[in-house]
Amino acid sequence: MASRLVTACIMVVLASFVVFLIANTVPGDPVLAQLGDLAAANPAVVAAFRHRWGLDLPLWERYWIFLEGLTRGDFGESIASHRPVMQDIAEYGPATVELASVAFVLSLALGLPLGILAAVRRDSWIDNLARMISLVGVSAPTFWLAFVMLAVFYGALDWAPGPGRLDVAAFPPERLTGLLLLDTAWLGDWATFRDAAAHLVLPAVVLASSTLGLITRTTRAAMLDALSQDYVRVARAKGLLARTIVTGHALPNAMLPVVTLGGLAYANLLAGAVMTETVFSWPGLGRYTFRSAVAIDFPAIMAITVIVAALFVLVNLLVDMSYALLDPRTVKT
Amino acid sequence: MPEPAEHPLLAVRDLRTWFLADSGPIRAVDGVSFTLHAGETLGIVGESGSGKSVLAKSIMRLLDEPARIVGGDIMFRGRHLNQLGDAEIRQIRGREIAMVFQDPMTSLNPVLRIARQLVEAMTAHGRFTVAAARKRSIDLLRRMGVAAPDRAVRAYPHHFSGGMRQRVMLAMGFSNEPALLIADEPTTALDVTIQAQILDLLRDLNASLGTAVILISHDLGVIANVCSRVLVMYAGEVVEEGAPEDLLSDPRHPYTWALLHAAPRIDAPLDASERRLATIEGQPPDPRAWPAGCRFRARCPFAEARCAEPPPLSATGPTRAARCWITQDGSSLPPPPRRTAAPAAAAPSAPSAADSPVPMLRLAGVTKHFALARESLFAPPRMLRAVDGVDLDVFKGETVGLVGESGCGKSTLARLIARLHAPTSGTIAFDGQDITTASIAEMRPLRRRMQMIFQDPFASLNPRMTVGDILAGPIALHGLAGDPALRVAELLDLVGLAPAHAARYPHEFSGGQRQRISIARALAVGPELILADEPVSALDVNIQAQIINLMVDLQERLGLTYLFIAHDLAVVRHVCDRIVVLYLGRVMEIARAGDLFARPLHPYTAALIAAAPVPDPRIERSRRRVPMLGEPPSAIAPPSGCRFRTRCPIAAPLCAAEVPLLRPGADGQFVACHFPGAL
Repeated sequence: MASRLVTACIMVVLASFVVFLIANTVPGDPVLAQLGDLAAANPAVVAAFRHRWGLDLPLWERYWIFLEGLTRGDFGESIASHRPVMQDIAEYGPATVELASVAFVLSLALGLPLGILAAVRRDSWIDNLARMISLVGVSAPTFWLAFVMLAVFYGALDWAPGPGRLDVAAFPPERLTGLLLLDTAWLGDWATFRDAAAHLVLPAVVLASSTLGLITRTTRAAMLDALSQDYVRVARAKGLLARTIVTGHALPNAMLPVVTLGGLAYANLLAGAVMTETVFSWPGLGRYTFRSAVAIDFPAIMAITVIVAALFVLVNLLVDMSYALLDPRTVKT
Repeated sequence: MPEPAEHPLLAVRDLRTWFLADSGPIRAVDGVSFTLHAGETLGIVGESGSGKSVLAKSIMRLLDEPARIVGGDIMFRGRHLNQLGDAEIRQIRGREIAMVFQDPMTSLNPVLRIARQLVEAMTAHGRFTVAAARKRSIDLLRRMGVAAPDRAVRAYPHHFSGGMRQRVMLAMGFSNEPALLIADEPTTALDVTIQAQILDLLRDLNASLGTAVILISHDLGVIANVCSRVLVMYAGEVVEEGAPEDLLSDPRHPYTWALLHAAPRIDAPLDASERRLATIEGQPPDPRAWPAGCRFRARCPFAEARCAEPPPLSATGPTRAARCWITQDGSSLPPPPRRTAAPAAAAPSAPSAADSPVPMLRLAGVTKHFALARESLFAPPRMLRAVDGVDLDVFKGETVGLVGESGCGKSTLARLIARLHAPTSGTIAFDGQDITTASIAEMRPLRRRMQMIFQDPFASLNPRMTVGDILAGPIALHGLAGDPALRVAELLDLVGLAPAHAARYPHEFSGGQRQRISIARALAVGPELILADEPVSALDVNIQAQIINLMVDLQERLGLTYLFIAHDLAVVRHVCDRIVVLYLGRVMEIARAGDLFARPLHPYTAALIAAAPVPDPRIERSRRRVPMLGEPPSAIAPPSGCRFRTRCPIAAPLCAAEVPLLRPGADGQFVACHFPGAL
């Protein structure tokens, strides 16, 4: 276990190194992105700007400074916002965590039962439905789906509120965690809670669509495989109820691939909500990432990279650990 | 056994179970009738596709789509099983009729503890509370001979060997004290020694609990061991029925006759000059369109004109019946004609060291240790001693058999000889040339001279290559002269296939035909030595006999030398000149086939021979039983001294202290035992 944690940390640092190299070798200069044409033409201003942000230091020294900050949890100051990067992330992070978590729960809550039912009632209407949902979910482009959902449910039908986390007229609740659903529930502000929940529906559905498709498909395939195993026939020969056979015998065996996929899917939702956040004007990490990339805001880019890398490594670690619970064969005796 | 009651426990009448496939019905079970009384033991024999497993699944109503019971009746204790609803049949399954399946490795759910799997079988029918079922699980496992049952119930299936898992399956089967247990090939996946233990247990449970047993097997010896009555199935029908004593000594249906004579017997007289077995030609008929008249007619050596009419199952004696016109009058079938031995070919029948002083293959002190993953970061490395000091000479033109239980190192030894593995120590010489450390380049010309044949003809042929490409591959690889297409046709002819088969893909062939293709592939480069790793183990008895005959023919025609690995002692005894008995990576005994079986010197050899079933209940009853307990110990930490001592009935203190060396006994027999011949 200890050795795996060490490996995990090394992987995060390696990822940061790779991104650091790439970010500093591709064409693109924060000077041009940040300064106006006039200022960029003035060598003295440019030199001052470079010195101010440490861009005049050698590459290895800049990386060293970054690593040193990393040990203190300090990612430096954003070139674009002139605030500590951690402060930016604390501001934008919760919106993404909330959106991704709701989307993830939604795709699990729909995808698991749908996949199980599709496998148990193979070739029935529910199987066809499940296959259609996974096909559409996986293949429909996110931005297209986002626009269509907005146009239909907000524009035409007016069933859902428009973009943003809250109504423009609403007062955001006191910031506790930054997760609106949690904060409003804690404060008992149910009107704002309903408003936040209503605003979450469309972006969460859009974001969940591809994950839902993957989870449905994986669950269905894993269940079909498990149901065809000899031990399921043995369970039938014992005279067990069909329900017990599905949930007690097949499902625990089918969970391994679903957990593997689920973990990665959640990490992907957290890291890859750029499209959805842009269309729904969601003030989250996705949009922050996009802005930082355009501004060539080195400290912000590095911070996001490290956080995303750490997230994936952590999720994989959790998935591996859950194997030990799910499959006794992976436990060394 | 209790007296048969007035009403039978189970009465199957004209049962028809068809697979309603899109391409037309597959009539897997096609009009089967039989009765079974309480406490009776009924054996069902037949080759793959004869419908025996589908029959068992029909009784349990465990059929999967598109299989359907389309006709007939299954009456069990006054209820028509074929008419019961799902909830009603569920009350019968596991409660009144239990079933044990073939493969114990896949029959237990890998992620659930043994206790859970046993307990749910009992609580599902409301006969036991969880606490009572838990306690009973431990008792059942103890009854089935599982060591430390209170610990075993808490374990997961992967902690157990195949034999132990089959004991768990039996515990599960007997947990609700069913009136009938159906065992579908319960010992086919097990070693012969473990098979004997499981069959003993089954017999004992039948006698003590009075549970009726239906035992399905392809092995007449297994059936004869356990059953008081036998059904022989062919092409979805019962072709013969009766007591095993009658059926196996005087078969009245030509198919039973063929089954009986196709399998080599461990108690038959040996004739080294004639190793061919009696076989029937052809394949089983297509279940989509059974032939009109007698379904066996096309393959029957006794067929007559009247066989064009379908024969009824008619009594051929007071307690027996057969579906055959020939024996309807109560006459017996003649024994198979003795083939006149081919005029002695150039190959000497029993080569010895004197004939050819340089052995084709010489192994000296060969070991192969596989390093296993460490248990933790600081644990010492563990070694699996797969082969641990083997000395062996193989001479040109002879057939040497390698026998032993799974895990004894037989296959590893073959791979070492082919240099697919490098030995850990010792030397291997092929035709006088040391190949112990030969490089890949140095081995290449030698590989042309030694080829392998594998057990599973379904896995060993590339499914995306035509047979022609499969056979031409090795020819091109070794740059052999001549027209490859001509050579492919010649090879196919050599193994009894048609040249037109070259354009087809492996999946278009049956198991037996695929094994012929595997043999042709091995022969493509004109080898001298063939390493055959269980070449007939996956085949039905008749196909097995055909392949053995082919191998014998090829040896005579091409002067081949065989190293023949098998777990079936009767096959090895029949085919081999000399036999090597391996146990946990060591040679226990080497002897000529006849000598080994006539007077085994090593207690392990004696136990192996005693465990092999004979298809004759009278002989079976009179045979000497050699008690061999338990299962082979781990090759990671083998016992000190003699490796067999932990299971040996005559082990003495000396056996733990000192490793017995392989010493010559009388008449060229070698044995590694401190007390040779004492058992």
